Amino acid sequence: MVQQLTTGERQNALVILVCIFVAGIAMAAAGGSDPLGMHGVLVLLFGGGLAALVMRSYYEPEPTQDRPSHYYDDPTKVGIALTLAWAIFGMFMGVWTAAQLAWPDLAFDAGWSTFGRLRPTHTTGVIFGFGGNALIATSFHVVQRTSRARLAGQVSPWFVLLGFNLFCLLAVTGYFMGVTQSKEYAEAEWYADLWLVVVWVTYFVLFLRTIARRKEPHIYVANWYFMAFIVVVAILHIVNNLAIPVSFGQAKSYTIWAGVQDSMVQWWYGHNAVAFFLTAGFLAMLYYYLPVRAQRPIFSYRLSILSFWGITFFYMWAGSHHLHYTALPHWVQNLGMTFSVMLLVPSWASAGNALLTLNGAWQKVRDDATLRFIFVAVVFYGLSTFEGSFLAIRPVNALSHYTDWTVGHVHAGALGWVAFITFGSIYTLVPSLWKRERMYSPALVEVHFWLAVAGTLIYVFSMWNSGILQGLMWRTYTQEGTLAYSFLDSLVAMYPYYIARAFGGLLFLLGAIVAAFNIWMTVRAVPAAVDRRADVPDTGLAPGAAATPAE
Amino acid sequence: MAVEERDPVSGRETTGHEWNGIKELDTPVPRGVLMFIIVTHVWALLWWILMPTWPMVTTYTKGILGIDQRQAVQQDLVAAQAERAAWMKAIETDSYEQIQANADLMRVVRSTGRQLFGDNCAACHGADGRGRANYPDLTDDDWLWGGEVDKIAETMRIGINSTHQNTRVAQMPAFGRDAILDRSQVANVATYVQSLSNPAVSTPQNGPQIHAGKEIFLTTCAACHGEDGKGNREVGAPNLTDQFWLYGGDLQTIINTIHGGRQGHMPTWDERLTPAEIKILALYVNSLRDAKR
Repeated sequence: MVQQLTTGERQNALVILVCIFVAGIAMAAAGGSDPLGMHGVLVLLFGGGLAALVMRSYYEPEPTQDRPSHYYDDPTKVGIALTLAWAIFGMFMGVWTAAQLAWPDLAFDAGWSTFGRLRPTHTTGVIFGFGGNALIATSFHVVQRTSRARLAGQVSPWFVLLGFNLFCLLAVTGYFMGVTQSKEYAEAEWYADLWLVVVWVTYFVLFLRTIARRKEPHIYVANWYFMAFIVVVAILHIVNNLAIPVSFGQAKSYTIWAGVQDSMVQWWYGHNAVAFFLTAGFLAMLYYYLPVRAQRPIFSYRLSILSFWGITFFYMWAGSHHLHYTALPHWVQNLGMTFSVMLLVPSWASAGNALLTLNGAWQKVRDDATLRFIFVAVVFYGLSTFEGSFLAIRPVNALSHYTDWTVGHVHAGALGWVAFITFGSIYTLVPSLWKRERMYSPALVEVHFWLAVAGTLIYVFSMWNSGILQGLMWRTYTQEGTLAYSFLDSLVAMYPYYIARAFGGLLFLLGAIVAAFNIWMTVRAVPAAVDRRADVPDTGLAPGAAATPAE
Repeated sequence: MAVEERDPVSGRETTGHEWNGIKELDTPVPRGVLMFIIVTHVWALLWWILMPTWPMVTTYTKGILGIDQRQAVQQDLVAAQAERAAWMKAIETDSYEQIQANADLMRVVRSTGRQLFGDNCAACHGADGRGRANYPDLTDDDWLWGGEVDKIAETMRIGINSTHQNTRVAQMPAFGRDAILDRSQVANVATYVQSLSNPAVSTPQNGPQIHAGKEIFLTTCAACHGEDGKGNREVGAPNLTDQFWLYGGDLQTIINTIHGGRQGHMPTWDERLTPAEIKILALYVNSLRDAKR
């Protein structure tokens, strides 16, 4: 990794890492016994540790002159490893929190392991840790291939990838200590948020400069979506996290927004995080790995244009549907609701475009578990975008809001769509990235596929059941006009579903562990492919064999 | 450069671009998608006309239906109140005896009381009202402040050791910790107290100990618990001669109670529940005990 850098670049990396190290010392000194001080120690260890790594290889030979004629894949490789590590951590925390809802004693009477602290470690772990690393890793891979240009930086890809992981670490370790801004999916405190701004702007510049270097006359659809993801997430993150710290020595801050405006900003952020992080970014993955794996052209370029602009435009307005029947003015709710419904067309157009792309390759969907991952992802994308528009309708929301139906909806998207497209992409990418002739075990990909399908279905069905049951119990009146059930009654009714949900999540976690093992063994034990360039892109895909994306 | 070619599967032409092997077909947007766009947009447009939706400079479009969520909620509340008015009036004005004699009203008490109890009381007293360690069982005959319906209602209204200005106040002092009694005195009086409800524990060997304990009891404990140990509901002092123990009737727990004292807490429900709801709950709690009998 360091060997790929020239001496000048190694010096640059060291300067940056020493700055991080010094910032860590400053935080530790200013924070003292505050959690900020603990995070200072974490930052200085992070900067110091990586600096030591660079120093160790500092005097090794420089890269050869032909470096620019190769794609820069080391950051993608490390990104995939981090993706899998965060997947296992985040999903484990998910199973744990799910189990706590059925068996509260699993908090073991400690502060750090209460549900309120563990829950954000799960959401941050899977959304940002697993999803974010997957997006960064694949975006580096895709933008280079579709632009036929090497990444426009040698140190900056590392800065983006590792800097982003430092943010995730600060966020997750903070939650265990009770550090939170109490904003869903934006719990990390001000110093971590500031750091992420620096990282994200670097990401934006790196991506834009790479596209500017492209040798292709047109920018491929996947890169439109990656750009939308990077630009909008930056805007959302900055606006929602505007806050004033209590002091520079304390982790605690107060948001500059107040009252219902704060709620609206938060859910404008929250919904567009779903839109641009969990949808646009992963649609970018879909647009590259689906045609590569299926060896089919995209069904319709025109439909791609329509759905891209539809998704980017309509999503922006939809956030207020998270605040139906609240203090938010009625007109804001109605506006968000109508845009949520109009959003369904471009969403389904994307799903339809992907499914129709598979025309002519359905036998591969049957035989190739990797392509089946991508196929199921598209189906769940279609299902959950329909469900999202449906739940955004006020009278429907009156039943579903605050129930497990929301949780089921989110997981139909997060497991069925985001995780499936990620694993499908990773299985496509890994053999080509490490230049292996195939995955270590196609059978284990198959095992993972069925574990993931079973886990997702069990999870989603149990939450649909419990959510609707909950919603109905909360609104059932007796003949006398009083509530028929206490909240406690509804909790008792949830119990079997909570156990089923934890079990579904466990299956999904097991699948991720199988994936990590299979990928590890692929890198370690599968013989290198001979002259892969000859394989692509026109050769057909042998059934059951791991396919090779175009290089 | 861009050269269109025909896809053999679909028969469509490609756009002529290629990215690392990926091509795109030039398929027109399917008619169904366009229809779907029209339908959703017409629906949205209708909604914008009918309902409050768009912001203006200082106001917003009100919609021709004139619907407003605030008014809708208020109307719903009025309607719900009207629905309940028939029996609510009777609950508010009738005496406990009158309500208990009225089968229709008692049906309301049981269904409404169960839900009110579940949402307000069950966290401590359990969904079935049977309590648990340190939280009183409401289905038995042991009552610190009286088990009559009006007494139960009053306990709910003002609470015990609560923030209400007229709260019931009760405290078992920490005789051991505050050095009012020494270690052996605590042990003696605990043994005596245990023997009140459990004569089996008094043996010839601990006769002197029980006797010494009784001496202390009469001077130190009897003020609240009475000379016979049967308690005093005026001050919330429990009867020590029966089989009901809030904190536990084994010797060690009694020693702990005498050593460290006790001060239970029942919140005041005066502001959270309406007088009618408190009345319903008192009758409901009372009915739990009757149901058990």
